[in-house]
Amino acid sequence: MHIDRFIGFFTSLRLTVVCLGLGFVLVFAGTLAQVNLGVYQAQSDFFRSFFVYWPLKGTKIPVFPGGYLIGSLLLLNLIAAHIKRFKLSKKKVGLFLIHIGLIVLLLGQLLTDMLSVESGVHLRVGESKNYSEERRRCELAVKDVSDADSDKVAVVGEDALAGRKEVRLPEMPLTVRVRAYYANSDISLTNDLTGSYREAAATRGSGIGLWWKAQPRSASTDVSELQSGLVEIFSQGKSLGTWLVSEALNPQTFTFDNRIYQIALRAKRDYQPFSLELLKFNHAIYKGTDIPKDFSSRVRLRRPDTGEDREVLIYMNNPLRYGGKTFYQASYDPDDRGTVLQVVRNPGWLTPYFSCALMALGMLIQFLSHLVPFLKARLLT
Amino acid sequence: MKRWLPWLIVSVCAGAVLLSLRTAPETGFHTREFGRLPALLNGRIQPLDSVARNSLLQIRGKQSVFLENTNKSGTFPQGESLSAIQWLMGVMMKPEVANEQKVFRIDNPELLALLKLPDNQKYFSFNQLALNYDEVRRQSMRVETEKQEPQTRTAFEKQAVKLFDSMMLYQRLAVTIRPLDSENLAQELAQVQKDIAALRAGSETQASQPEAVELAQFLSRFRLMADYSTVLIIPPNPGESRDAWKTMGASLTNALREDQMNAGALHYAGMVTAYRANQPAEFNAALEKYHSYLEQRFTPELAKGGNEFFFNSFAPFYKALLIYVLAFVLACASWFNLSQWLRRSALYLVVLAWCIHTFGMVFRMVLEGRPPVTNLYSSAVFIGWGAAILGMALEKIYRDGIGSAIAATAGFLALIIAHNLALGGDTMEMLRAVLDTNFWLATHVTVVTLGYSATFVAGFLAIIYILRGVFTRTLGNEESKRLARMVYGIVCFATLFSFAGTILGGIWADQSWGRFWGWDPKENGALLIVIWNAIILHARWGGMIKERGLMLMAIFGNIVTGWSWFGVNMLGIGLHSYGFTDQAFWWLLAFAVSQLVLIGLGLLPKQYWRSLPVTKAPLVLHPSKTKPTAVSAPA
Repeated sequence: MHIDRFIGFFTSLRLTVVCLGLGFVLVFAGTLAQVNLGVYQAQSDFFRSFFVYWPLKGTKIPVFPGGYLIGSLLLLNLIAAHIKRFKLSKKKVGLFLIHIGLIVLLLGQLLTDMLSVESGVHLRVGESKNYSEERRRCELAVKDVSDADSDKVAVVGEDALAGRKEVRLPEMPLTVRVRAYYANSDISLTNDLTGSYREAAATRGSGIGLWWKAQPRSASTDVSELQSGLVEIFSQGKSLGTWLVSEALNPQTFTFDNRIYQIALRAKRDYQPFSLELLKFNHAIYKGTDIPKDFSSRVRLRRPDTGEDREVLIYMNNPLRYGGKTFYQASYDPDDRGTVLQVVRNPGWLTPYFSCALMALGMLIQFLSHLVPFLKARLLT
Repeated sequence: MKRWLPWLIVSVCAGAVLLSLRTAPETGFHTREFGRLPALLNGRIQPLDSVARNSLLQIRGKQSVFLENTNKSGTFPQGESLSAIQWLMGVMMKPEVANEQKVFRIDNPELLALLKLPDNQKYFSFNQLALNYDEVRRQSMRVETEKQEPQTRTAFEKQAVKLFDSMMLYQRLAVTIRPLDSENLAQELAQVQKDIAALRAGSETQASQPEAVELAQFLSRFRLMADYSTVLIIPPNPGESRDAWKTMGASLTNALREDQMNAGALHYAGMVTAYRANQPAEFNAALEKYHSYLEQRFTPELAKGGNEFFFNSFAPFYKALLIYVLAFVLACASWFNLSQWLRRSALYLVVLAWCIHTFGMVFRMVLEGRPPVTNLYSSAVFIGWGAAILGMALEKIYRDGIGSAIAATAGFLALIIAHNLALGGDTMEMLRAVLDTNFWLATHVTVVTLGYSATFVAGFLAIIYILRGVFTRTLGNEESKRLARMVYGIVCFATLFSFAGTILGGIWADQSWGRFWGWDPKENGALLIVIWNAIILHARWGGMIKERGLMLMAIFGNIVTGWSWFGVNMLGIGLHSYGFTDQAFWWLLAFAVSQLVLIGLGLLPKQYWRSLPVTKAPLVLHPSKTKPTAVSAPA
């Protein structure tokens, strides 16, 4: 009896309508919230959450179901209803396809949400890079630049930095201990009048004598954050010194045991087995106006392991999809001599196309199966 | 007799439309011929007539000028009316006359008081305003720097900015062809050429030569023109690229440098000299010569100018609008006496109006080389067009005047909205880089806009149901069931289109921004329509709503669509926030309130309804299973 009621609840059309209604309100509220919160924050508060919270004196009270909760309930409802009522008849095949498509779409979006990685690459004309950078994440790179023909690089990720861990660098006789790390910070030559800065206590490198302070993380994607950390480097238990590392500082060089090292905090790099070189950036406007007509980047794609070497044109509505990454024309330098490509690695990018095809087919069948008999009946009278 | 009446009515209307195509030959200055001349503005070739109309819309809010004659008094205002191009010719060639014409519209009493202008008038001349030019400028500059968000500006501040913009535009137009102090441009240009030849012949090093001094004076005057003017009226020199059009000022400045006078500039100089001397014959001859000059190299541009001129003067959307109104009146009348000739007349008129509507839309598409929807203006035109098709289809199926009424209302309202959106300026502006793709404009934008049409049609059908049910006795049992079937069918159609359109939009977004869905306001707006329609359908399938619930929800769909179409643009955020006027905010609010009132009416208990006894009969969902009964047999 209870089971029946349980099943009845999850397969009911009533639940569908209620979920859709909640979704309707959520989407509307989430759109309005963007005016004050910005797209990024509104997205995570309303859509990428199980509950929408109302901040009240430090605590947060859940006031409305979030996108994840509504989405999973709908998905559950959809799947349950199909399992319970599924009988493949000629009349239902259209509806069936539509809903399968919807399931694929929802799952695909969940997959995208969890797995897709966004980064960017900034290229000046003539510059070539074989990596893209994640603007909101950073890493500590230690480079052995002693050999003229090739560098050795070891990387400490942001999680290790934030967790203030001790990391042994592979293929180098060095160990890094993170003494402090701020995901957003300010660095200054002196303390300010309110005395809010502290001396960073670096003993080596260009950070000696600098002052710093932590800053709250910003919600907007448009505001850039400055990550900084204080790291001590050891070799066989002996300290070599403490360095202040930050994206605001150039790479700092030190020598140890007749080898030359460079240490730098930089945006997290995502390396790829091919490189892109910007040959030409084109920014066209309509004659006599400042309305942009076209942005395009002509790049040279080179992949050493396959010998591939060709020119590619990336422009609005025409990204380059290669090696699991997609490169979009996103921005450009004010002097029109450099380009910014947005890079997305999204293993689920095909799901919308697939689900779209399913649903289009389903809708066509459904629509025609109602329209044709109706028109026939009309024509007969 | 009644059989022929519908044909008679529609023939009279069609005849009137066709007659309007005929124009009497012009005596005096050939202003229409002048209006056809091509120029480059806003990144596109357009006739001077379009330049004139769009400028006048900005300055005066209308496409023509009516100059009230102040000397005569009578019941009706008397005076002369000028077409847009006649007005522009005055501004460009005889500003001393144009400056006296009252074309600047000011409504705001605070601004009128500030400028010490009489508050019982709406229109003022440039000369009246020029006295206070500095004050207008000061006010406008303050607002522009202090309040960059247009939403935060008061009515006074908005009007001040608008007035200053209008005055700037006016002054820019005034130097399109001649320096303001030039009396006989043709003679001046001849002098320029003579001076250049003299310099060439003599030694170029002697800077004190009188010719050089004179040329320097010319140059500074032409430069001033080049700095202010925005309309590129001079065609490219031989050997230059096709879109290298220039302003008169730039062309003349170049001529001094490159020692080659552009033929177009000389022709314009001939025209302006003749116009100023009030010599129509000479003016027309110079115009004719320029025309044949253009024919040699610029046939496509000339044709574009001529075609757009025809489109402007034919005004197909305005004519369609009038016929839609007439059709609506006849369709409504047909419900009261159930008269077949009224119903048929309404249908024929809708078809006529729709044909003109279609003609206008297709003509625009060809002019622009674009799919039907490229901006808010064209979306309004297209929504009306799509809704009219649905209405006509309903009429064809049910033959009860409702389809015609819907088609007429939708066509009429959409064209009214389009008309008001056109007040913002050029409606055929160029598309920004990301929008510059005919494939996605033709698929995503068109389909999603048809979804808007269908949702509105369902909503309007529901309004007819509520209004007829509450206020008249014309909504019988059969009638109400038929309306419910129509609404249900159209909601299905709306779901199909808005859903398909939204998905296509997602794919476009994946192509251009790297994500299928980004919760952008416009995307969310489209999603809201899809969800709302899905709610209606599922609630109906689950038996949660009956006939009346279906109607009320369909009316709410109007608000949802209005929000998605206009509302999200007013938030001023997101990737789709293309330009908007905030007057529309109040209209949208009024629309939403009116729809809520209608929903409230529909919620009245049935005993207060004039029609429709309480019925328990279930709504038939699949019309194919039942044989629909026609209330009135086809004539």
